Amino acid sequence: MKNLEVVLSTKRLQKYFYEPIKFKVLDDVTFQSYRGEFLTLVGKSGSGKSTLLYCLSTMDTRYEGELNILGENVTGKKTDYLAEIRNHHIGFVFQFHYLLPEFTCLKNVMIPALKLGNRSYEEVEEKAYQKLEMLGLKEQALKPASKLSGGQQQRVSIARALINDPQLIMCDEPTGNLDSKNTQIVFDIFKQLSQEYNQTIIAVTHDNDFAKASDRTIELADGKIISHHKLFETSESE
Amino acid sequence: MKLSINNDIALTHIVTRKKQTFVAALGVTIGVAIYLFMNSLSSGFTNFSRDNIFQSNAHIKIYKSDELSKPLQENPKAITVIHNPQITTTSKTIINPQALLYRVKQEPYITNAVVQVDFVAFYNRGKTQIKGSGNGVNMLEYSNMFNTNKYMVAGSIQDLQGNLNGIIIGKGIAEKLSLGLGDNITVSSSYGVSKVLRIVGIFNMGNSLMDDSKSFVNISTAQQFLKENASFVTTIYANTLDADKTLGFVEKLQSLTEYRVEDWQTTNADVISGDKTRRAMMGAISLSILLVASFGIYNILSATITQKINDIAILKAMGFKGGDVIKIFVSEAFIMGIIGTVIGLCCGAILITIMSKVYMGPPVGYFPIKIEPKLFAQSFILGIFITFCAGYFPARKAANVDPVEIFRK
Ligand SMILES: Nc1ncnc2c1ncn2[C@@H]1O[C@H](COP(=O)(O)OP(=O)(O)O)[C@@H](O)[C@H]1O
Ligand SMILES: [Mg+2]
Repeated sequence: MKNLEVVLSTKRLQKYFYEPIKFKVLDDVTFQSYRGEFLTLVGKSGSGKSTLLYCLSTMDTRYEGELNILGENVTGKKTDYLAEIRNHHIGFVFQFHYLLPEFTCLKNVMIPALKLGNRSYEEVEEKAYQKLEMLGLKEQALKPASKLSGGQQQRVSIARALINDPQLIMCDEPTGNLDSKNTQIVFDIFKQLSQEYNQTIIAVTHDNDFAKASDRTIELADGKIISHHKLFETSESE
Repeated sequence: MKLSINNDIALTHIVTRKKQTFVAALGVTIGVAIYLFMNSLSSGFTNFSRDNIFQSNAHIKIYKSDELSKPLQENPKAITVIHNPQITTTSKTIINPQALLYRVKQEPYITNAVVQVDFVAFYNRGKTQIKGSGNGVNMLEYSNMFNTNKYMVAGSIQDLQGNLNGIIIGKGIAEKLSLGLGDNITVSSSYGVSKVLRIVGIFNMGNSLMDDSKSFVNISTAQQFLKENASFVTTIYANTLDADKTLGFVEKLQSLTEYRVEDWQTTNADVISGDKTRRAMMGAISLSILLVASFGIYNILSATITQKINDIAILKAMGFKGGDVIKIFVSEAFIMGIIGTVIGLCCGAILITIMSKVYMGPPVGYFPIKIEPKLFAQSFILGIFITFCAGYFPARKAANVDPVEIFRK
């Protein structure tokens, strides 16, 4: 049984959009996420999943309520400070892979670590190779990112998200553009990260199979949490 | 490669977009080259006309200026008389010039001072007559001040010293009257005095105003032309420590004498204001060209930022701060600016060198332009500064990109 160490929690998160008319996109969202948990966010299109994820990621700061990351209340912190938190503790994977096309895969993976700057260039390079190897991409390391297939690019972006060994990995529809084979690969990686490395995955998805196989699923409707499937505690005994 | 990641990204953008980099740098190159060239030209002309002025002007001259009678003579006890204003000066002489000269020389900021007797001279040969200006001087002292020695093409200034029948004339006079060294020349003055003098020297200042009209004789010879006595002096010329700070010196000298004290800027106000106008115009035009050139960098950087907005968003998501994004794009502008400016300075130097070999004909001679390190430094700093600004504004826009807005699209 894993101990339930909270790494991210929200308290009564609310958010409005004012364009074209004022409406509440997040309504009283309160939940916790734990160390080593593979959490999925589901819900109909337009239910506010992406909006919630951007708030959790610290990139969107225009919300009411409170967000805690790794025991620290980050609500209202300066944007530069939030950038440091993201650099250290949060990895991102997006539906569109957003690799920097001029750089090799290896360099793309290295960038967040070079930005963090607490390792030498050689150490970072070594580590980037390890991450690429873990994702089965060692041979592609020196190719330009734009020359890879979609599935490979998504795996490179996962390697990039992992380079600083962040406690949190956030994904917005990471498999939205992938075929079933690549979806399975990505899923297995996430499973491995949460189980073996105790990293916390928070993934938005509308792939039901993907969600079902995760540790826990939070379902949103009209910005409200309508169900908390607490699969996490039972997953060990299954 | 051990570049910081910000510089690494900037350099990669530059290298992968060679054509845009080239176009942006080319704009700066042209702007800097023209800026450097035009300012060198303007500075060359200014130096040229300044040199010209100092061929016959000292920093300060002291002379008796004309006095005008007042048109209205009010008299409370009698009838008020109105009459035409008239020059009431009877003589142009400075009274007791040697005492004044001695006093002026004692001032600490005066480096050198001479007296001079000017008269209107007519140079005759047969039926030919040229009007010009005769200058009675102590030739050695005068040459010390004006470097006349440097311009002698025949004879020497020493030969005039103490030779009351000698004269040094300009090359133009010698050519027009087809006279040479050792020949006799008949010189007359407006006072009807005529003398036959022996040519002991010919000078060529490269300035037709001087070469076609000026001559030097001894002071007492000049006094004879004017039918004046041995104490008659029209002008005292004085040089100071700094030609550009004469204003204060003029004030001090003016308190010593009632004669008119005038600095060279006042005497040559027309030339100097012409120079200033030219400098201002050339400066403004060349600066505008440089500004317009920097728009190339602005445009290309703005386009890069629009095109790379996804990259910027992902960088910010990964933890790059606004300041990092500014650094990246300002570095790009900076690299283009450095390339453009350095090539621009080289092109400017080549242009200046070519131009300085172009012969314009008398009185200017070769184009008065030369490589001035100060202007190179100025163009360099300005080129870099302008590209920095041209880069900063698009970069700031990039720094304010909200990644969430980009990811939502
Ligand atoms: N920038 C915005 N301005 C106004 N409304 C927005 C904006 N972004 C999203 N929305 C709206 O907010 C709601 C939630 O959007 P989103 O979080 O993207 O939903 P999901 O990811 O669950 O499909 C939708 O109705 C969407 O139209
Ligand atoms: Mg979405």
